[in-house]
Amino acid sequence: MEGYRRFIPLLIVFAIFAVFFKMMGGDRNPKEIKSVLIDKPAPAFSLPALAEGGAAITEADLKTGKPILVNFFASWCVPCRAEHDNLMKLADELNIPIIGIAYKDDPKRSLAFLDELGTPFTKTAQDRDGRVGIDWGVTGVPETFLIDGDGIIRYRHWGPIVGDSMEKRLLPQLRDLE
Amino acid sequence: MMRVLFAALILTVTMLPANSAFGVAVDEKPLADPAKEAIARTLMKEIRCLVCQNQSIEDSNADLAKDLRLLVRERIALGDTPAEVRSYLVDRYGDWVLLDPPFNQMTLFLWASPFLFLALVLYGVLTTRKKNTPAPLTTQEKEKIEQLITRGDKA
Repeated sequence: MEGYRRFIPLLIVFAIFAVFFKMMGGDRNPKEIKSVLIDKPAPAFSLPALAEGGAAITEADLKTGKPILVNFFASWCVPCRAEHDNLMKLADELNIPIIGIAYKDDPKRSLAFLDELGTPFTKTAQDRDGRVGIDWGVTGVPETFLIDGDGIIRYRHWGPIVGDSMEKRLLPQLRDLE
Repeated sequence: MMRVLFAALILTVTMLPANSAFGVAVDEKPLADPAKEAIARTLMKEIRCLVCQNQSIEDSNADLAKDLRLLVRERIALGDTPAEVRSYLVDRYGDWVLLDPPFNQMTLFLWASPFLFLALVLYGVLTTRKKNTPAPLTTQEKEKIEQLITRGDKA
């Protein structure tokens, strides 16, 4: 009885150690705040198109019966530049429709940004005052939302889609929907 | 001339910290109604700046904090109660947006943990104390003490 009881404190220390190790390891980012919108319908919005004279873009554009991505980006955002190649790949090679939302950006600059790097978006809207961003719980750009065919948000990719995060995080979520 | 410049310099330097002590929100256009502005400002102190994490939006000069201040003022001006504004933000950003975590299923452990640890410590103290209470004296021991005391009396 006494013999094993003396090891209890040691076991507790090991348990705490294991918990801390698990929390520190992996690709958990403490700055990332879990989205509360997962498994909820995409918030309603109506935004002007980035292209002059284009029709307004609304949440109805998301309900295509197929999975769709919504990408918040800005020309002033450096990580957006970094993930752009992957967005192009998603659009061109995997044929995934992406709606781009230029977040708090000058439309001229957003257009120049897309001119320079290519347009992965099927439609591009502008959210100049960032209000739609707030409705979507966006804390910064880039953020990418995966929406299923019924307009329900299934996954939020926080930060740029770079490195192996496309393979490891975004694509498995996308495959789950298909 | 020099004296005037010097005085101006001192004035600026002394006024700088006094000004910044009011927080960032003071530099913006306040609401016309001072009562509503006061409500909005109190509320801003409770809302987390999501980009800087441990600052309130009242206190932060991050872009998102500025947008959220604008939103808070707008909502209050429209007649929303602080509770309504809070739930508006929680719907979008989750409980994390509140600097003071609410009591719910998610935060149950957070709020209960001090009491839990207190109970654990109390349990620990009580059980070890019981163990340390010496067993009552046996009759032999009592006799021995009696002997010792009486011997002491004689000496």
